[in-house]
Amino acid sequence: MDKTWNNKAWFLVLPVLVLVAFSAVIPLMTVVNYSVQDTFGNNVFFWAGTEWFEELLHSDRFWEAMVRNLIFSFIILAIEVPLGIFIALNMPKKGWGVPVCLVLMALPLLVPWNVVGTIWQVFGRNDIGLLGYYVNALGIDYNYVQDPIDAWVTVIIMDVWHWTSLVVLLCYAGLVSIPDAFYQAAKIDGASRWAVFRYIQLPKMQRVLLIAVLLRFMDSFMIYTEPFVVTGGGPGNSTTFLSIDLVKTALGQFDLGPAAAMSLVYFLIILLLSWVFYTVMTNYDAER
Amino acid sequence: MNLDFSWMAWTWPTAAFFIVIALMLFGMGVWEYASPGGHPRVGVLRFETTRGDRLFLSLLGSAFIHLAWLGLVGPNLWWALALSVVYAVGVFRYV
Repeated sequence: MDKTWNNKAWFLVLPVLVLVAFSAVIPLMTVVNYSVQDTFGNNVFFWAGTEWFEELLHSDRFWEAMVRNLIFSFIILAIEVPLGIFIALNMPKKGWGVPVCLVLMALPLLVPWNVVGTIWQVFGRNDIGLLGYYVNALGIDYNYVQDPIDAWVTVIIMDVWHWTSLVVLLCYAGLVSIPDAFYQAAKIDGASRWAVFRYIQLPKMQRVLLIAVLLRFMDSFMIYTEPFVVTGGGPGNSTTFLSIDLVKTALGQFDLGPAAAMSLVYFLIILLLSWVFYTVMTNYDAER
Repeated sequence: MNLDFSWMAWTWPTAAFFIVIALMLFGMGVWEYASPGGHPRVGVLRFETTRGDRLFLSLLGSAFIHLAWLGLVGPNLWWALALSVVYAVGVFRYV
């Protein structure tokens, strides 16, 4: 057999390519077309060239939203990843506790995003919310509607509540795949709890952790529904992340051109970050 | 069947942009057919890249070069295009 490559297999992915073309490529092409034009509705467009991109790149509003988004992603990763590892390490590995913990962990992931937002919007209210009412009863002045720090704390806690489970489940999957022989060898060597974590559990979890970091970063960088429902981007613009800003521009102001330019820049940043994470993950696999 | 694509707000410059991208992908397909395997190699980034990776890096990098030029220099993008071509040649040669 001289022929080692058979490109006919590409025909098998043709249906997926057609589907992606309709769901992603054609809308993306439309966004590119919008980004260089202006419209006042009625499907009438005027050429604007690179004006919207220039305006965006010199816009404080855009860069502030970007910085807010990066800070938010950094904070939730700094909390969710260590917390997820900690919970996964302490989950039972056998017995009836396993399915109970798994179901409990999966529950927040099953709640739709707008419902999570609504839950926390009510939960944090001073008058009827369990959290807001009792935090204020303890003498702490908490009001996420008026105080930017309180709004940030609420949005971060909400995200941690919603998504730490994903990190837990991924880490748990990594942990249960470690053969008992590794732990037995560590026990014979008299390894400490920390040494077992550092040299057995953490290396075995590295791949799933990379996936967890990738997923959580991407998701938090694109976060929209939960903060929109809870704070609406406020107070002021304090919780206006990129996607909220984008929707305000596109649907609130109906500025399709500037919104399309913003979408493309946002898309390019996400694409770059995805490539970096993907490269790190695939090269990690190759090294192993 | 009357296919109406006016809702996509096509312009000649954007159509030309997508035609060039499509031609590049077609060219990569022909190249792959003529020389299968993607020519993987380890370049200056110290990890293995194929021709497809190098095209992706060239296009993505070019997009950021154009944005940086717009933000830092001005709206005349011909120099940004020239810089992108030099960058793409560098990527295909050394990455």
